[in-house]
Amino acid sequence: MPDIKEARQALVSRILEGKGTASQAQRRRAFDNAGLAAPVSTLINKVAGHAWNVTDEDIGAARASGLSEDQIFEMVVCAAIGQATRQYNTALAALAAATEKE
Amino acid sequence: MRLAILDTGHSFGTKAVFAFIGAVSRQPVLDAVKVIKYRSDFYGGPMSRVTQEAMRGPSAWSVGDRELMAALIAKTNACEWCMKAHSAVAVEAYGGAAMVSAVLSDLETAAIEEPLKATLRMLRKLSREHSVDADDMRAALAAGASRAQIEDALAVCFAFNTMSRLADAFGFFLPGPRAFEAGARYLIARGYR
Repeated sequence: MPDIKEARQALVSRILEGKGTASQAQRRRAFDNAGLAAPVSTLINKVAGHAWNVTDEDIGAARASGLSEDQIFEMVVCAAIGQATRQYNTALAALAAATEKE
Repeated sequence: MRLAILDTGHSFGTKAVFAFIGAVSRQPVLDAVKVIKYRSDFYGGPMSRVTQEAMRGPSAWSVGDRELMAALIAKTNACEWCMKAHSAVAVEAYGGAAMVSAVLSDLETAAIEEPLKATLRMLRKLSREHSVDADDMRAALAAGASRAQIEDALAVCFAFNTMSRLADAFGFFLPGPRAFEAGARYLIARGYR
């Protein structure tokens, strides 16, 4: 079976701990969808919870708050991977719980 | 695309590759490719390794099954771009559109094998509600999906719950069906590397 564990861990380490234009703290907050101030928090919260609702205005407001396009790129990537990671970990824990009792 | 850097901020060498792709395929370079190739040391490179493993690595699921999972996850996330893109890849992989259309229009009535149906149901719940529990997993196992198959499906889910968010957030341009068909042929021939 495919083992994405190592590749996934490398991805998460790279986006959170490697070089970037957004600070590591900003990227971590985007990944966690926690601790950011508006309007960036609005954008990141949408990416995590309901990305189809993101608008031009959300991106525009993040730009107007002082973030560069590269910083927004990085933080949106972190938010998407953060949410997908939480889902993935929750599902693996559910699978472990289901197979333990068999 | 909502960030200009993702359209025009690539290195000179990448722009030359895009021009070549455009000339050969006579289709616009897909926005997913532009994102993967933008500062690829940050996201595109490491993400492609995950996606290649999930979508093309050894698995009891066929390539078509995994592309179908991707399309259904995208549909659940209301991501039209990814749904169309990966429906096209699933159709190419299966060699026909009937099963893909049936699953995307109504999973419950689609005539597919139970292990796949139960696994798709679990993935849909995970994508929609951001969570599943042990009972959801027991249902998939009881339908005949193995533990390894469920883990493989969750890898697909991780990749497409990431990518559909990026497609929506960055506002991918939705091209016509021919561009997705050309992309599908490429992904079948070459994978996600």
